[in-house]
Amino acid sequence: MLKELLYIVLVGVFANNYVLQQTTGICPFLGVSKKIDQASGMGIAVTFVMLVATAVTYPIQKHVLEAFNLEYLQTIVFILVIAALVQFVEIVLKKFIPALYKSLGVYLPLITTNCAVLGIAIDNLSYEYVTNYGTALLSSLGVGLGFLFAMVLFAGVRSRIENCPSPKAIQGLPITLIAASIVSLAFYGFAGVIDGMLGMA
Amino acid sequence: MNKNSKLWIVLKGIIAENPVLVLVLGTCPVLAVSTSIVSAISMGIAATLVLICSNTLISLLRKIIPDTVRIPCYIVVIAGFVTIIQMLLQAFLPDIYTLLGTWLSLIVVNCIILGRAEMYARKNGPLDSALDGLGMGIGFLVALLAMAAIREILGTGAINLTALGMESITIPVLSEYNIPLLTSAPGGFLVYGILIAVVNMIGPKKGAEKRKNFSCEGCPSASICGRVSCSENAELVSASENNTLVENKTEKEEA
Repeated sequence: MLKELLYIVLVGVFANNYVLQQTTGICPFLGVSKKIDQASGMGIAVTFVMLVATAVTYPIQKHVLEAFNLEYLQTIVFILVIAALVQFVEIVLKKFIPALYKSLGVYLPLITTNCAVLGIAIDNLSYEYVTNYGTALLSSLGVGLGFLFAMVLFAGVRSRIENCPSPKAIQGLPITLIAASIVSLAFYGFAGVIDGMLGMA
Repeated sequence: MNKNSKLWIVLKGIIAENPVLVLVLGTCPVLAVSTSIVSAISMGIAATLVLICSNTLISLLRKIIPDTVRIPCYIVVIAGFVTIIQMLLQAFLPDIYTLLGTWLSLIVVNCIILGRAEMYARKNGPLDSALDGLGMGIGFLVALLAMAAIREILGTGAINLTALGMESITIPVLSEYNIPLLTSAPGGFLVYGILIAVVNMIGPKKGAEKRKNFSCEGCPSASICGRVSCSENAELVSASENNTLVENKTEKEEA
């Protein structure tokens, strides 16, 4: 049982990495990955919002939308819930934990339109290994940690690129994307590793 | 060409202000959906339809929507149209619906659509906004198609048309000597990077400064974060963007 739970988290972090394998959440990945502290701040904020979003949208889907045959409202309901949640989290943090708000606050409004958050809320409903509320939360945790991991890793790569001379045409975004391609290639190798390691194949 | 003509509004979205290759918006669907030509075209058309409809409606409602809650309002409008497109595809083109999967819902959070609502539709009339949506949508479609053509033809050596109920086209030499990597995520990043580099090289030098960094234009939170939290490129923000910022400030002060 423990093995299955570990599998869900590890798949989210490595094999099914949302940024580098699914190419969701590219905007913050390219935008906020210039410094490691910013990248980790954004990563933690996204992980947190993903967890809260799944915690709310999963029961809504199961007990409201599916119960009343309203699945076609999924998109509109989910995005509204996520937008409201982000706003709510921001207000609560500002009021009760100002220290945390100071470090994460600026990233929160950016997350509403992060497709990784809406993506995991919807994808969780179709993954085979997500069978109940607990596994849905774990899957979100794994994907969130994977996002954090990719951001921090890439922030390191990027600080190296900044110091390297490159042809004028590929300076800036193109060289960043090519570097992302190589980092993504490294993650490609994880696909079979997790299955083999835990004997799930 | 006259910069105020209707034709220019459409054309600028396709070339001068191509949302994908010049403004660098909506990167996620571009990377994810450009693995095959059919999915790229269907995604492009779906996004264009949503963009035209949402731009028109938001432009019509621009005097009614209060400034402070405009982003949630825009999101509701966009999500409504996305749901309509989803239902239409599910009913009439179920193969395309399964092919696009989650990405169809994710049109809601596509920065291009929210970005055009924020940048264009809330300041211009319905006809101009619809034309702007059409131009931007076609620009998105063209960029997606270019990516998909490179990735699918070089990556698999064939053009897969099974989702349309037709036989796939096999390309003689390439079907034996293809580069499968291009159809995966790393290949997506690589092709996108190279395409932007090519546009940088042949494109007008004017916008070069903007392209270096990730633009805040499509980000609905730009007004909240003051355009600094992403890339700290406040000094690179072009004059036009500064103008909009100033406009926003004066609008708020007047209110």
